[in-house]
Amino acid sequence: MGVEGIGARVARKEDKRFLTGKGRYTDDMVVPGMKYAAFVRSPHAHARIRGIDSSAAEGMPGVIGVLNGKQMLDDGIGNLICGWMIHSKDGSPMKMGAWRPIAHDTVRYVGDAVAVVVADSVGEARDAAEAVVVDYEELPAVTDAVMALEPARPQLHPEAAGNLIYDWALGTGEAETDAAIAAAAHVTEMTIVNNRLAPNAMEPRAALGVYDAADDHYTCYTTSQNPHVARLVMSAFYNVAPENKLRVIAPDVGGGFGSKIFIYPEEIVCLWASKRTGVPVKWTSDRTEAFLTDAHGRDHHSTVKMAFDADNRITALKVDTIANFGAYMSLFSSAVPTYLYATLLSGQYDIPAIHANVRAVYTNTAPVDAYRGAGRPEATFLLERTMETAARELGISPAELRRKNFIRSFPHQTPVIMNYDAGDYEASLEAAMREADWAGFGARKAEAERRGKKRGIGMSCYIEACGIAPSAAVGSLGAGVGLWESAEVRVNAVGTIEVLTGSHSHGQGHETTFAQLVADRFGVPIDSVSIVHGDTDKVQMGMGTYGSRSGAVGMSAIVKALDKVEAKAKKIAAHLMEADEGDIVIENGEAKVAGTDKTVPWFQVALAAYTAHNLPAGMEPGLKEGAFYDPSNFTFPAGCYICEVEVDPETGKTGIVQFVAADDFGNIINPMIVEGQVHGGIAQGIGQALLEGVHYDPQTGQLLTASYMDYAMPRAHDLPSFKVSHQNTPCPNNPLGIKGCGEAGAIGSPPALINAITDAIGNNDLTMPATPQKVWAAVNAAQ
Amino acid sequence: MYATNYHRASSVADALRLKGASDEAKYVSGGMTLIPTMKQRLAAPSDLVDLRHIAEMKGITVSGGRVRIGAGTTHAEVAQSAEIKAACPALAHLASLIGDPQVRHMGTIGGSIANNDPAADYPSAMLALAATIVTDRREIAADDFFTGLFETALQDDEIVVAVTFAPPERAGYSKFPNPASRYAMTGVFVAKGPGGVRVGVTGAGANGVFRHAAMEAALTGNFSAQALSGVTTDPSELLSDIHGSAEYRANLVNVMARRAVAAA
Repeated sequence: MGVEGIGARVARKEDKRFLTGKGRYTDDMVVPGMKYAAFVRSPHAHARIRGIDSSAAEGMPGVIGVLNGKQMLDDGIGNLICGWMIHSKDGSPMKMGAWRPIAHDTVRYVGDAVAVVVADSVGEARDAAEAVVVDYEELPAVTDAVMALEPARPQLHPEAAGNLIYDWALGTGEAETDAAIAAAAHVTEMTIVNNRLAPNAMEPRAALGVYDAADDHYTCYTTSQNPHVARLVMSAFYNVAPENKLRVIAPDVGGGFGSKIFIYPEEIVCLWASKRTGVPVKWTSDRTEAFLTDAHGRDHHSTVKMAFDADNRITALKVDTIANFGAYMSLFSSAVPTYLYATLLSGQYDIPAIHANVRAVYTNTAPVDAYRGAGRPEATFLLERTMETAARELGISPAELRRKNFIRSFPHQTPVIMNYDAGDYEASLEAAMREADWAGFGARKAEAERRGKKRGIGMSCYIEACGIAPSAAVGSLGAGVGLWESAEVRVNAVGTIEVLTGSHSHGQGHETTFAQLVADRFGVPIDSVSIVHGDTDKVQMGMGTYGSRSGAVGMSAIVKALDKVEAKAKKIAAHLMEADEGDIVIENGEAKVAGTDKTVPWFQVALAAYTAHNLPAGMEPGLKEGAFYDPSNFTFPAGCYICEVEVDPETGKTGIVQFVAADDFGNIINPMIVEGQVHGGIAQGIGQALLEGVHYDPQTGQLLTASYMDYAMPRAHDLPSFKVSHQNTPCPNNPLGIKGCGEAGAIGSPPALINAITDAIGNNDLTMPATPQKVWAAVNAAQ
Repeated sequence: MYATNYHRASSVADALRLKGASDEAKYVSGGMTLIPTMKQRLAAPSDLVDLRHIAEMKGITVSGGRVRIGAGTTHAEVAQSAEIKAACPALAHLASLIGDPQVRHMGTIGGSIANNDPAADYPSAMLALAATIVTDRREIAADDFFTGLFETALQDDEIVVAVTFAPPERAGYSKFPNPASRYAMTGVFVAKGPGGVRVGVTGAGANGVFRHAAMEAALTGNFSAQALSGVTTDPSELLSDIHGSAEYRANLVNVMARRAVAAA
């Protein structure tokens, strides 16, 4: 390990511009003649549009145009799509209702766009948007997914009878699973709710659409985690423009957490409106618009049965989940509660029979899609709450019950598709318990009792699937795209290096970690390496950043490209030094002939490639190689989290006094960045468990948590200092042996926290977020 | 935000003149409520008359048995004031709990009480301290000043110039912040002063800040947390929302009152 190579704690190269306010985000982009869009949004959760009168708005100062959904339809702009086909267990395809970028006949949630105003300034656009008169016929609304499935509830889409999108099953046959449960010595049954979250990236969504009539060409600046997918979808499905006439740029992006994977109406509207009005059109969401229209996360209602034999080994698991999809099917929504959720229901445990049933349901709420962890937090919360409850019911320690059921040999085929490649769950459990001083908890509890506090401890053993994903495998499961990644390594004539990657960076630190790979390979300073991403005109194709895939998939593509560059560089160096190619090593910024003092500086190798004065016979000039990497399997990060809390029984307030994370991410490129990812993930997991929750009024469908006055985000003082450690079983299926770390914190932490609180108060009946009010009520109910 | 005209008043008289020049003008002090409301396009004053630069509304003095805090004094100034810490440390503590550092350096005591947000901290202290609200034209007892949710006895153009109160013998403030907004979900200020024991409760009342008569009676003979053990709070007069039911708030009133007394 060099000071800047693999395994080094290199400070983030990108932080200088971020910390000094010099980052350049979509809203910072200015192009000549640029104007501003404001959306007219539905104030109703469900209504028919009888008419839109924009005459007053059109006459207001600064207004360039007021556009509506009918015009968009007439111009041939297509429906928004969900890109993953799920078939119900009866074989029928999922029932997808039409999602228009601007509604023209029916609005289905508060915030649904009904018109857009383009004006000289943001203020004028908003003033005019308020003057657009929409005649609505209000319809009854339903916001709860369980209720939406009931007879005689409001129906959202004619395509989806009973609001049911799909009724899907995975795993062991239901009859076989039921039989195992019937034969069990003990069955733990629970109802588990996974609360709906708003993503809350610091940078709100924004888009700038620029139509160039001279070239009949479009440019879209947008807050995207995957600009190439955005271009593909906008071109292939929305008919905005063919790919060669559409450039998508995702510059600095201030957080995504999944919410910026999806293609939203606004970027399509900005592009379309730019052509229609003849001016570049920019839109930037305000925070309330973000709460209303950013795709939410989670929102599952599940029942679970976990069966044990007399030796406390799990014999079967049966899960029935209802997933709230909101008013429309967002881009990856269908995959989240199916192939990113049910496939992880085996957890770290050897479970011979698992049957999962998932129903996806329309409601009059914002669309729901992937949010940090995407399906895996829901699976982990369900499983780890159930394990904890089972341990209490069976009267054995939570660690012992888990140990008894750990998978201990690999590869391990679960009943729910996944084939785990490597892991050592005992190692993380032991590390976490040691770090948390689990054995000393009793004394700490007694001491807290003397201060009038209820102290509790809880654990969670999570597994997730990252490095998504093998293209052929996901294709067979319904994915509309392949999930490989691309890279291109360009060595310049003086030896500096540009790496072009399809992995977009929006907080992950790719400009540093990806450069470390190159520095490690050639021994060049990372300052001589630039990472280029986020522009479809620069990087040919890529699948973007989500699902903790940039390391395992994105960096693997870079490794493949580096292999090709290294091979050619060695040929050149061998030729220059009249040595055998096999004797060349490249390190510390020079090529050497092993066992001799012959060296050629790296820049001379590069220069030789470009002068082409003295290359091996038949070799093409230049030193630039590209690669596509398609993973052969998912990767399986896993770990153990332990949380210790003190509850104030008088107020119900929970204080987190200790949080321990022991994670196995395989090999690690930059431990500092990995720790940062874990810290951020845990903060979001604690946010879900303790503070955050989207509330809609059940009658009106109005969003009650539309600002930070009512939506509780975690703050620094809500969080303890985290104790983070890493165990390492390298991933055998990618060249770097890495598994991914971006989502683990958000996946592993919520059940640890709820297990700790329920342990403290002696009442297992507690839903997230565990607000002081709920905990206080649970404390009282237990007494 | 809708377009508005900004005016910086140099004196109270200047502020009154500027306000009188327009039907739709509003005073702004720290702007910690008004500016976000305007940004959300929920308020649209044609003119803003800024009171933050009026010298006669600044400063903290203690003399003649009265504490006087200029209306334009920021929360941070109250929290850090040696005079306030000596005369009424509970009030300095209360000010230190408002919002975050940015809010405390912008928001003012005059703005807070004139706005009378049902979850603001200061109104509870004004009631408990039997404070006098000094305006440009009269003096109003705190008991008469706070009249309902976001409602006060102020006339449309009337300006709060200062608040005054007699230093209490003992006082304490205990607050349970709303997990989202950090405003008071319940805040209780207790004071034992020249006029007896007074208890002000904010964040919990369905009609805004209120005095808790039963607690005042219980504490009059025995100013201790134990004296409150038998006192109940009627949930039917309390707020209920997604963060806390009336029953939960009733519990918080009791718990915060005990803790305020213990801290006094």
